[in-house]
Amino acid sequence: MARTLINAPSTARRGEVIEIRATIGHPMETGFRAGEDGKVLPRNIIQTFSCRYNGELVFSAELFSAVSANPYVAFHTVATDSGTLVLSWEGDNGFSQAESIKLVVTA
Amino acid sequence: MTRILVCLLLSLSLGNACAQNTAGKDSRRSGFEDMGAATQAMQKDDALNPGMLWVQDGEALWKQPAGASGKACISCHAAAPGSMRGVAARYPAFDAGLSRPVTLGQRINQCRQQHQQAAPLRPESQELLGLEAYVALQSRGLPLAPPDDARLEPFRQRGRQLFAQRIGQLNLSCAQCHDGLPGKRLAGNVIPEAHPTGYPVYRLEWQAMGSLQRRLRGCMSGVRAEPFAYGAQELVELELYLKTRAKGMAMEAPGVRP
Repeated sequence: MARTLINAPSTARRGEVIEIRATIGHPMETGFRAGEDGKVLPRNIIQTFSCRYNGELVFSAELFSAVSANPYVAFHTVATDSGTLVLSWEGDNGFSQAESIKLVVTA
Repeated sequence: MTRILVCLLLSLSLGNACAQNTAGKDSRRSGFEDMGAATQAMQKDDALNPGMLWVQDGEALWKQPAGASGKACISCHAAAPGSMRGVAARYPAFDAGLSRPVTLGQRINQCRQQHQQAAPLRPESQELLGLEAYVALQSRGLPLAPPDDARLEPFRQRGRQLFAQRIGQLNLSCAQCHDGLPGKRLAGNVIPEAHPTGYPVYRLEWQAMGSLQRRLRGCMSGVRAEPFAYGAQELVELELYLKTRAKGMAMEAPGVRP
């Protein structure tokens, strides 16, 4: 399991715009660098990031070799209903990780 | 009437603070002050600071039993926020058994070998940096307080000597840039005063956490000198001198640097 730093509000008013910020520990090896033995290190990056809010896709991003290690993603969404936001990262070598956040929406 | 009094008191106390500032003003600058606003914000916000990923590792390792003893750090030291407060600010410290100063990382490895009967962690490994960062975090905001230990004096002097000694093909000493030209530029970068307040730091250039020894070695290869090996006595002495030079400055670990 990779390490993550997630910052999101736990409560919000209905209709409020909330910000979600997430960092994940990942080497994001580009596939262009040579290792100590001179051989090219195989690419190992996160390819997609997505956020589902009660099952509905509210944000997604594609990541490429140029993105630095430990990528940080910040985005906004509108708080509609109480529920769960699932953040997921998927990448090379079958890398897959999901973290969920509980959000309580008040009227 | 009370409002006037409060205003009067406020202005008095503010006046006092100003007077103190001008009297004993510390002109030393942490590298933090020379960074861009975005990098500063990254360091200040624990939800943004990538160094906190290593702190998470350290926190987990603190509680995890290791080695033949089956003991974890927490078994002897209790919870780190209490027991490790101010500890990182005092390193490198003199080790009576070895008759020389040891860095925080070396101290952690000593503990692992002697008390946990576990294999030492490799320098610059994720685990060691994690533990160092977790311990250093407990001293954040406290002044750097290198021990006032007479036995450290010869090592500190050697550190000072190394700082002033010209090395490498470029024939430069640390002091020529960091004492002589701080605030000026080396290519696009502001030359800092070299106060090790935030180590271990997350360096954007490294895209990873690194120790002060890694930074020193980077500078040495920069002037085209053969860097000292990790854990070399010379690097410990340099660290000791730099910590003494920055005595009283606030700890920032885990810092972020460009």
